[in-house]
Amino acid sequence: MADPMKIRAQMKGDICDIKILMSHPMETGQRKDSNGAVVPAHFIQTISIDLNGKRVIQGQTGTSVSRNPVFGFKVKGAKVGDKITVGWVDNKGDKRTDEATVQ
Amino acid sequence: MDLIRRTLLRGAGAGGALVAALAAGVLKPTAVFAADWNHGAFEAKETAATLKALGAGTAADSKDLVLNAPDIAENGAVVPVDITSKIPNTVSISVLVDKNPFPLSASFDFAEGALPDVSVRLKLSQTSNVKAVAKTADGKFYTVQKEVKVTVGGCGG
Repeated sequence: MADPMKIRAQMKGDICDIKILMSHPMETGQRKDSNGAVVPAHFIQTISIDLNGKRVIQGQTGTSVSRNPVFGFKVKGAKVGDKITVGWVDNKGDKRTDEATVQ
Repeated sequence: MDLIRRTLLRGAGAGGALVAALAAGVLKPTAVFAADWNHGAFEAKETAATLKALGAGTAADSKDLVLNAPDIAENGAVVPVDITSKIPNTVSISVLVDKNPFPLSASFDFAEGALPDVSVRLKLSQTSNVKAVAKTADGKFYTVQKEVKVTVGGCGG
């Protein structure tokens, strides 16, 4: 199981600014280790962001997203105390879901 | 003989139930979103093929799509890219890096409530154009691109 995400959801005026840091190696499948063997690809494929249980953003990612991906999104119609749920699934079927409260 | 027939019938019954379950549940994804990872687009090795797989073969340049990326990235492994669409009814934004082994980096779908504004950090294997493609609700595609110079590549090494 991967490490927890860091999620920050902050109201700026009437827009909620969401910043997410995921902990993931994001191996491209192109890199070789010190013995010259190709390191198999291991990367997040889908991410989802729910506001109070309703899906607002869904993303698909490839190998060229940086290691420990950072995403920033903006959502309107949120208010302080609302619940943001973020999930990801990688190409090996690992997954993780974390929650944060809008501040 | 009879036993075989029963087994077969039972098997067929179970299979039928599975098909019904699939039809009722799994095959009905959240209406707005593409449920599965777009293999064709992500595994395409050239920008033109990627755009075609996304259905964006005829994307028009647009000034209302804003792509913020550094002119020069010292470290190609972490290149911050920020995309904002001012095009009305933008439902999806994709990010491509022309010269990466697989150009498509990420693709985001937005539902009611989400603003078409996304920031993401990308790997660039070498100096390349970074391209954003926005899709509107009526199925039109718009694009913008910017060259990012890379001094140290973000792949292999």
